[in-house]
Amino acid sequence: MSEPTTEELLDITLTVNGVRRQAQAPARRLLSDFLRHDLQLTGTHVGCEHGVCGACTVLVDGAPMRSCLMFAVTAQAHAITTVEGLGTIEAMGPVQQAFTECHGLQCGFCTPGFLTTITAYLEENPEPTEHEAREAISGNLCRCTGYQNIVKSVLRAAEIRRERAAGTRP
Amino acid sequence: MKPAPFVHHAPRSVEEAAATLAQVGHDGKVLAGGQSLIPILNMRLASPAHLVDINQVAGLAEVTLTPEAVRVGALVRHARLEHHPEAYAALPLLRQALTHVAHPVIRNRGTTVGSIAHADAAGEMPAVLALTGGVVEAVSTAGTRDIDATDFFLGALETSLAEDELVVAVRFPRFATGTGTAFLERARRHGDYAMAGVAAAVQVVDGAVRDARLSFVSVTDVPRVVDVTDQVRGHEADGLDWRAVAPTVRDQIEPEGDIHATAEYRAMLAIELARLALDEATAKSVAAQYDSAAERGIAR
Ligand SMILES: Cc1cc2nc3c(=O)[nH]c(=O)nc-3n(C[C@H](O)[C@H](O)[C@H](O)COP(=O)(O)OP(=O)(O)OC[C@H]3O[C@@H](n4cnc5c(N)ncnc54)[C@H](O)[C@@H]3O)c2cc1C
Ligand code: FES
Ligand code: FES
Repeated sequence: MSEPTTEELLDITLTVNGVRRQAQAPARRLLSDFLRHDLQLTGTHVGCEHGVCGACTVLVDGAPMRSCLMFAVTAQAHAITTVEGLGTIEAMGPVQQAFTECHGLQCGFCTPGFLTTITAYLEENPEPTEHEAREAISGNLCRCTGYQNIVKSVLRAAEIRRERAAGTRP
Repeated sequence: MKPAPFVHHAPRSVEEAAATLAQVGHDGKVLAGGQSLIPILNMRLASPAHLVDINQVAGLAEVTLTPEAVRVGALVRHARLEHHPEAYAALPLLRQALTHVAHPVIRNRGTTVGSIAHADAAGEMPAVLALTGGVVEAVSTAGTRDIDATDFFLGALETSLAEDELVVAVRFPRFATGTGTAFLERARRHGDYAMAGVAAAVQVVDGAVRDARLSFVSVTDVPRVVDVTDQVRGHEADGLDWRAVAPTVRDQIEPEGDIHATAEYRAMLAIELARLALDEATAKSVAAQYDSAAERGIAR
């Protein structure tokens, strides 16, 4: 077979935050770029593009994965949750609310990756210890906060989830 | 950076994948979890014209247990194997090692078979394949063949796999009954590649050591077994000083220096980790025998 000369555009269909989305892109389009450029969902951030920083983390069928290390064409037919899918300003997800309350962000560049990672983590471990909270975020890099408030946010988010489950908060 | 253009192939069966690989030849690469391959493509360290994406191939996502081995299909993600209760019971070393492979998010996508096919001497699972005396199952249009771990790893990121061969599974043989295992490593930060790591397997029978082996991460050129049995066979396990095997270990490792550690520091680290891992594996072997004796109602 010979080298491809012109790049073929593929029809790529994904379910993003519960909505079926479709766009054309070449096979080499990273899922992170597909979300940002082709679907205009710019909440997902891109830092390193080699899997180290975690800013691009999204949920694929509920499990956190690096969107810079997946091709959109491979994600085809899977359900993706981005930071936009975790809540709105009026109705924030527990992790979003905890980050606001605990000052878990400064510049906010790393935040989308933390929010998706922690949201999935708390599904698995709803009552983490401080040590576990630290370990849960060890795959994400933040250049501003020193992590103290992010750790606090993880613990606070777990609390908010429990409060909401008990119906003490709307 | 972004990958160079390529043609994406999405075969649905092993036969179709093998046919595609035969067709695209050296211009093609298999894409499994992509956690090693896509960074390389993003940095344009490689630009294959064809990617054979196996994520939709049927029948590759199974973990199968046989009396002899744990068989892991090419689409089994690290996280799935790590949390597989039967695989853990059959071969605890799998989970002991997998918790050190990158961060959980990477393990959600990366495959155990992919990490073995990638053959990085800094990877944990190649070392586990070596220590268990595992087998790689490869398929091409010419048929199927089993490749022993000893024949599989040739050099840095180099294997005996032909360019048209797909690994469909690897088999990790179980250890002899009562064998204890341990996996230890030191990285600058948990989840990073290890400065040095070691897997150990020790079998104690009637209080005496019968078998003791190691394999290393980041300190040998290819993953292979360092057998220290000769030095300790028949010794009483209780109170055994594993420092005695340090010279044997030192002779068989050839660490290199890098920005994280000098070669000499790596060697010291590997030897110390080996001692600790042998200690832990010995204790587990002894405990396993106590447990099974208790089950049979002997040791009361
Ligand atoms: C930030 C980061 C940290 C990491 N840290 C570690 C670590 O500490 N330890 C560690 O071991 N790994 C680490 N990894 C790598 C990770 O474990 C990879 O998932 C794994 O090495 C490769 O598996 P994969 O399925 O992603 O393979 P891919 O990236 O898809 O493929 C890797 C190579 O193997 C070939 N290949 C894959 N599957 C097959 C097959 N079935 N048949 C034939 N060829 C095949 C591909 O063609 C390619 O050449 C890290 C990765 C990242 C991004
Ligand atoms: S951009 Fe994906 S991990 Fe850094
Ligand atoms: S808040 Fe700025 S990088 Fe994390």
